[in-house]
Formats: sequence, C-alpha cells, structure tokens
Amino acid sequence: MNTTTATYTATLQKLREAGEVFMPGHRACIGCGEVLAMRQVFKTLGRDTIVACATGCMEIISSPFPTTNWDIPWIHALFENTAAVAAGIESGLGAMKRKGRGPAQEVTVVAMGGDGSTFDIGLQALSGALERGHNFIYVCFDNEGYMNTGIQRSSATPYGATTTTSPHGKNSIGQTTQKKDMPLIALAHHIPYVATATPAHPTDLARKVRKARDIKGPAFLHVFSPCPTGWGTDADLAIELCRLAVETGVFPLGECVYGKYELTKYVKELRPIRDYLRLQRRFRHLPDDIIDQIQDNVREHYEVVKRKCGIIGSAAD
Amino acid sequence: MARRVGAEGSFAVAEAVRLADVDVVAAYPITPQTHIVERLSEMVASGELDANYIYVESEHSAISACLGAAAVGARTFTSTAGQGLELMHEVLYLTSSMRLPVVMAVADRALSGPLNVWGDHSDAMAVRDTGWIQYVAENAQEAHDLTLCAFRIGEDPQVLFPVMVHMDGFHVSHVVEPYFMFEKGELGDFLPPPKYPYPLDPNRPVTMGAFAPPAVYAECRKAQDTAIKETYGTIVKVWEEFGRRFGRQYKPVETYKTEDADTILVAIGSFNQMASVAVDNLRAGGRKVGLVRIRLWRPFPVQAFREAVQAAKNVIVFERSMTYGGTTGPVCTEVKSALYGTLHQPRVMNFIGGLGGRDMSPRQFEAMFDRAREIAEKNLEIGYETIGVRG
Repeated sequence: MNTTTATYTATLQKLREAGEVFMPGHRACIGCGEVLAMRQVFKTLGRDTIVACATGCMEIISSPFPTTNWDIPWIHALFENTAAVAAGIESGLGAMKRKGRGPAQEVTVVAMGGDGSTFDIGLQALSGALERGHNFIYVCFDNEGYMNTGIQRSSATPYGATTTTSPHGKNSIGQTTQKKDMPLIALAHHIPYVATATPAHPTDLARKVRKARDIKGPAFLHVFSPCPTGWGTDADLAIELCRLAVETGVFPLGECVYGKYELTKYVKELRPIRDYLRLQRRFRHLPDDIIDQIQDNVREHYEVVKRKCGIIGSAAD
Repeated sequence: MARRVGAEGSFAVAEAVRLADVDVVAAYPITPQTHIVERLSEMVASGELDANYIYVESEHSAISACLGAAAVGARTFTSTAGQGLELMHEVLYLTSSMRLPVVMAVADRALSGPLNVWGDHSDAMAVRDTGWIQYVAENAQEAHDLTLCAFRIGEDPQVLFPVMVHMDGFHVSHVVEPYFMFEKGELGDFLPPPKYPYPLDPNRPVTMGAFAPPAVYAECRKAQDTAIKETYGTIVKVWEEFGRRFGRQYKPVETYKTEDADTILVAIGSFNQMASVAVDNLRAGGRKVGLVRIRLWRPFPVQAFREAVQAAKNVIVFERSMTYGGTTGPVCTEVKSALYGTLHQPRVMNFIGGLGGRDMSPRQFEAMFDRAREIAEKNLEIGYETIGVRG
C-alpha cells in the first residue's frame, strides 16, 4: 500500500467512524450529488458547528416542519441573506464569549447555499461578510442552476446548457453566457482560504473542509454538485460526473491559501470535453462547432489556472 | 442619580443601547438615523460599549445579521429609517416569526419617490404587518426610556418578539432636548442579562426556520397572532414597573384633557406635542376638546383605545402617511375598525398632513378642530382631507 492510498484509506475510515450530523430520511432526488457533498462536509466538521442555510434544495429536502434532518444547530432564514446571518452568528458568539455566555467550546460557523444564492441573489451579502473578515466558512454547493424551482438558468449555468429559462431553439444555443468565476470573486476579497472540491474526491474535500475550519478568517469552498434531475443524467452518475468534470478540466480541483494557488489534483492530459457533455441531456443539442468552442474555452481556462499555480506548460510534467 | 443632559433624541437612544450592554450592533447609515449609529460606533471604538459592531453593506444584511446574532442568544440592536426599513422588509417577518427579540430604533422617514429624507410615518405603516411590537417615542426622554424598555419587553419569556421603537425623523432624532439620562447601575435589576431560551447551541441543537407546508402554515400564523396579542399584558406590566421605579409612566394609549371632551384628536408621534398646544388654546376659548396619543401601535390596544374615546361625539384622526387609493389613512382605518360594532359610534374624520417633513403648527391643529365641527354640523361625508397641501 503506497502512502497516498494509506492516507486515503485512513481518511475514509475516519469519515466512516465520525458520527452523522445530517441524519437519514431527507427528501433529495435519487442520485443527488449535492446532498452527498453536504453530508461529507458536515461529517468532517462534526458536532461543534452551527449552520446557516440559504433557501434552496438542501433547505427544502431537510426541514419540512415538524421534521428535521439536522442534529446540529441549523437555521434557515432567506435566499439571499445567509452570509449576513452567519456573520451575526459569529459576531454574537464572539461577544457573548467575552461576557461569559454562550457555548463554552470553539464553534465553527458555516453558511451554505446553492449557486443561485451564492453567485446571484446573495452575492452582495457574501461580499460584505468576506470583506469584513468574519471567522466562518461559506460553502457553495454548485449544481449550476435553480434546480429547486424547476431547473432555471443562473449565472453558474455553463455555456450551451439548456434549462427551462435558457431553452435551446432556432434562435438560441441554450445558455448564452459563460459561467461566473466565483472562486476568483471570493479571492478578490483577499480572504485567507478558497478551495474547490467535489464529493467524488472525499479525502481532498475533507482536508479542505478542515483547513477552512482551522484557518482564522473567512474561507470559501466551491463544491461541484451534480444534479441528475436538472442535468438530465442517469441517477447513478453523480460521482462519475464529478470525476469527469475534474479530468476534462471543466472543474479544476484546487485551493488558494493566503494568496498561494495550488492545483490539488493536477490533470496533465485533459480528457476530451465530449466525454463529460455526452452524458447530460442539457448539452445533447449542441452541434460540433459549439462543442469544439467549449473544448477550446476549457483548455484555455485550465492553462490560466495552471499559470496561477506556477505550472507552466510542459515544464511541470 | 439620573443626570439631566441636553442631547439629541438619537444620542438618547444610543445611551440606552449602551446601558443595555448589547452584544451586537449591525447597522447601515441612513438619514435621519445616522447619529444613532455614529454614536454607537464611537462607543464601541472607545470601549464605552463592549459590543461587536458589524459594519454591514446594506440594511437587508443589518437585520439579517441581527437575526443570526439573536438566534445564538446575543442581545442585538439595529437602527434604520425610510428606505432602509423597506429594504429590511422581508427579513422583518422572519425575525418576528422566529421569535427573536431584536430591538430596532426607527427614525421615521418618508418613502421615495420623490426622494425625501425627512420625517413622516410611511415607513412605519408599511411594516405594520411584519409581526413586530411597534411603539412610539415622542421626544428624547421617551426615546431613552422606551429603548431600554424594548429590551426588557422583547426578551421577556412571555413575549420573545422583536420590538421597533419609532421616533419621528429629525423632530425627535435631531432635536436637542433636555432629558434625564440613566447612569450605569441605576437601573438595578430592571434589565437583567439576556437569556434566550432556545438559542442555536451545539450542546442542545435546534432547527430554526423550517418550512411549513399548507398542513401547518396556517397554524403557525394563528399562533403568532395569538402570541403577539398576548404580549400586551407584559408591555403594560413593564411600563408600570418602569413608572414605579423611575417615576415616568408610559401607557399604550395616552390621554390629554379628554374627560369631558366632545371632540377628540387622535394622533401618533411628536406632532402630538403641537396638538396639545392647540387643545390648550381651544380649551381657553371654552371648546371641549381633547387629545388621544397612540403609543402602542402593534399589538393595537383596542380596548384601551375604545375607553379613551368612548365619551366623544367626534373623533379626528390626524396621520402622517397615506394609503394611495384607500378609504382613509392607515391609522384612521385602524381606529374605525376598532370602533365599528361598538355601542358608541362617534363620527370619525381623517386628516393627513406632515408628509415628508412638512411642519404642522398648533394653528393648523386648531383649524382641524374647526373643520371637524363644520363637517359635523353640516353632516358632510368625507373620506379624508389633506392639511397644508397645495393643489
């Protein structure tokens, strides 16, 4: 057994042994990649955690009154204010601790939302919270659209994808805009930690979650979350889609610690984008020339990321 | 002993917040509330107040951060006005339905458009249905006292509701007045440290903000309505205790020379002080007139209000906001609704004025009484009339 495998096995063992804080019985769709990712995040963080959750799939599937899946303190307020609610939680705990009130232990404050609440409607509140430097983790579970309301486009929906509000047709290719680069927007606030992760890379995800928790100040985690319902894929493909997204370069796995970029899974030879697109109904209408264009864009973007990480051309090979 | 000081209403509020030893302040600057948050920023910077001040990027985030802080059991204050209160709007419902005792001072201001930073009650009336306890301070002293009471009332285990302390923008927030400022320690155990019964705490996890399908939503709303009505007793009790301890007594409905009055003016806010001068002037001329000041707006003190006006033939409602295309202004609608179906049915007349910071003189209040007499004598039917407005 080599070192990597040993670490992998050890981490998985730890994850297995860690108690559940997101309990069984949720109502997510079959094959949901987002709920897998969420469970991994909170399993890693454990019980001394308070969660502020935005409106969205993960909220709806876990909290129909009078039931709940959450065995840790959890609050949902609105769609766009989650980062502000978390900021209040963190500030409140801090002030109370100074005055000898509130929980005695160190508490990790987490704000979580989908791409709609992060990239779009909650961007202002998120920007404010990152700028002010609250000690909290913001986790964006990105399923690339407003899936909870019936698969509408967001600014995280990739170019060419068909959704109910970016349908393809005679005059449209589907989504006509490029996906917003959310990790870079987070980084523009000069926060100490930004990382990308997927539920198909659980040891990588767990390591990043722990790092986000241990670093003082705001941390932003961008978690790729395949949505079989919204993307039009088989229900057993969430993990495969995560792997393909990383291996094709669609979703580079990396982190930036105090301004230092690193690809935590560097893909020397990107797989063809077609391997990823062909599994998803949302891309099935795309003609070859558009797919070629997407391929070029992905490769170009991956080169940009590589340069940021100090991997220049073949020198790193 | 309380010190007699001269200061703006805004400072009187800030001093009350300091005395309450709040844990978190989250606020965004907006005229005419700015002096409150400037003073609080100074207090935090100088160490006079041991609080975390969250310099939020909007009012929406201000109240959201207060919601989060209150949910972990922190004593929490914010302040806003006009457009700021409107930007908070949807979060206000959440704060009350989650039963979080946030305290907010509102320096009431007109709503755009056209843009206007001066005082009226458009903002207060627009948030009438958000489920907060709303009451009114008419001067700096009241702003000081009633802000302190707001923490005590909101945090009472029988209450657990957020409280809005309204004061007229500029007329209260910016006017320098003499008032008695409490000294630290003088409050005794009137305001004990906060102890929220159901905080977000890893040692005792709770889920807050679960969604309610049709099978339970209506019950949630009914429970909230019942709960806010039941706060009335505690509000009165706290104000009575405050009166016993510190000598200044506040009531949900305040009366002035109403005992034998055949015509009573009903109003909310600082203009009542002007109206009381008009009452004095008319009384000097032999007219039997009086004034009823509504202090508690939500929950509306139906019984106390009915009792206050029960002997009058005519009731004049003066108010500083409009409901475009409505039957009357919002305060008059409330008043009529409170009186309809009772045995005693006075004639109710509605005048709207003082919009967007326009002053009202005692003479204009006297004119309202004259006009009311004319309406009564000629048996005219009016919905509402505007006062001091051209065109």
